[in-house]
Amino acid sequence: MACIEARALRKTYGATVALDGINLRVEEGRILGLIGPNGAGKTTALNAILGLTPYQGELRVLGRDPWAERDQLMRDVCFIADVAVLPRWIRVADALEYVAGVHPRFDRTKAEMFLARTTIRLTNKVKELSKGMVTQLHLALVMAIDARLLVLDEPTLGLDLLYRKQFYDSLLTDYFDRNRTIVVTTHQVEEIEHVLTDLVFMDRGRIVLKATMEEIETRYVELAVRPERVAAARALKPIDERQVLGGNVLLFDHVDRQQLAALGDVRTPSIADLFVAVVGNNAGQAQGAVQ
Amino acid sequence: MTTPSNVVSESQAGTQAAAVPAVFAGARLFLWSIRRELWEYRIVYLTPLIAAVIFLFSFLIHILNLRRHIHSVAWTHETFAVPYELSGALIMGTALVVGLYYSLDCLYGERRDRSILFWKSLPVSDLTAVLSKLTIPLVFIPLFSFAVTIVTQFLMLTLSSLVLLGSGVSTSELWVHSSFLMFSLILLYHMLLVHGLWYAPIYGWMLLMSAWSPRAPVVWAILPPFIICGVEKLSLNTTYFLHFIAQRFMGPDSQPSMSASMSANQHHHFASQLIPHHFFTEPGLWFGLVVAAIFVAATVRLRRYRGPI
Repeated sequence: MACIEARALRKTYGATVALDGINLRVEEGRILGLIGPNGAGKTTALNAILGLTPYQGELRVLGRDPWAERDQLMRDVCFIADVAVLPRWIRVADALEYVAGVHPRFDRTKAEMFLARTTIRLTNKVKELSKGMVTQLHLALVMAIDARLLVLDEPTLGLDLLYRKQFYDSLLTDYFDRNRTIVVTTHQVEEIEHVLTDLVFMDRGRIVLKATMEEIETRYVELAVRPERVAAARALKPIDERQVLGGNVLLFDHVDRQQLAALGDVRTPSIADLFVAVVGNNAGQAQGAVQ
Repeated sequence: MTTPSNVVSESQAGTQAAAVPAVFAGARLFLWSIRRELWEYRIVYLTPLIAAVIFLFSFLIHILNLRRHIHSVAWTHETFAVPYELSGALIMGTALVVGLYYSLDCLYGERRDRSILFWKSLPVSDLTAVLSKLTIPLVFIPLFSFAVTIVTQFLMLTLSSLVLLGSGVSTSELWVHSSFLMFSLILLYHMLLVHGLWYAPIYGWMLLMSAWSPRAPVVWAILPPFIICGVEKLSLNTTYFLHFIAQRFMGPDSQPSMSASMSANQHHHFASQLIPHHFFTEPGLWFGLVVAAIFVAATVRLRRYRGPI
């Protein structure tokens, strides 16, 4: 059974189309990065998956209809939203006690163990904690829940470098196993690219690219060429080109790696560069079409 | 050998066994939700307590004053009774204000501080969440205020007994006159039926506005009734709606109007009214409960759609 299965998923706010007929299938045990510019519809898609917003089309998460069965779905799904949403008035110990009271899969000792590694004390109130500490607390709560799907919407927004790195490190070492699925959106693409198994680019309510990381590696090649060979490289129809110190970097889709290697240095592009090439160019073409 | 009937009974037993923990699980979620509300809104139980402490303090001053003039004061029943009525009224009034504040703020507050996203990430349904919030003004506040009032009045009696002791005034007189037990019964009746059931549509309306308001729920809660009153007065030159609202706040006609300064005889008369027969045959009560149910159902539905503001 797929963890998430969406067919022709659509959501509009008045005249604005937030999701324009999305088809998406996420198998269990994957770590999917959902990348897109602001207003691409990432958060709307996640809200639909979490049962926070009604939608048109078909959507099953762990075999359930999220909008109709949110409370039952939340036994198997956890999420951390874009900013700290823990109530400011709650005491850390009370937060643990409450989650233990209402969540059948919460392991309190585990949460306390995670918290023991931080400077958070059980007697602290959330409003006394820094933004990074609140995220640590939320992560400790979530990691102590034996869930099948974890949804992270910009979980590290506004955190400093150390907290951000620590966040993904603990997620990978202490939480992720091959049975769990994680869906994450972020603007800090470079921080998660070594973590992901799957990648989805979204733009204006549509999915513009959907691939596993292995597929990305075989399909896309980045070529650094010296000026004298640029013309030959351009003949192979790169999807993107940019100037760097000492030459040009061209990005190719479905072009033989051997053939390119003869022209210069080849490597797999970073997600950020791929994103600019795929989404940035799409945007340009769309604008051109309007004109 | 397993006959088909065996299979049926086994599977029935299975569903029953599953149903019982489901009920427990539901009750557990409900109780934890109420506990959570009390953590967030400590004002709900602190305010009646503070009111009681302030009242006891002023009562102590009153009784000490009384002792100084003990021989010049004409001892009447009212001398004893009035402070007791006052204490009941004060704590009840506090309970009403706190209940109104709570029901207007609870569903708005979780949207304002975005914590609704956290609450919705847990396996608690919107129905459980809204019902637990409704329980606070309808059940918790009346019962808690009742308990506070009873303890306050007991302390008042004890204080007056201690102060008057040795002043020649019989303290047993005091205990008889205050009709402590009778007062408690009538108060409990009032808190449970009037504050709990009669006010249900008021609290239901407040919860609905709390869940719906884009901002300033208090304005949205007051404005519509205000406009209806204004339109009615202007167009028809009548004030039915205003009276309707006022009557809702005043309580039903059939409630025993409570006064501790009544004679023992009168107390007996009112005791007979304590049988809630009159109250439960009042059409206004049932009308109010239906309206409250509609408001609450709409609130549950709204909360499902609501996210942070």
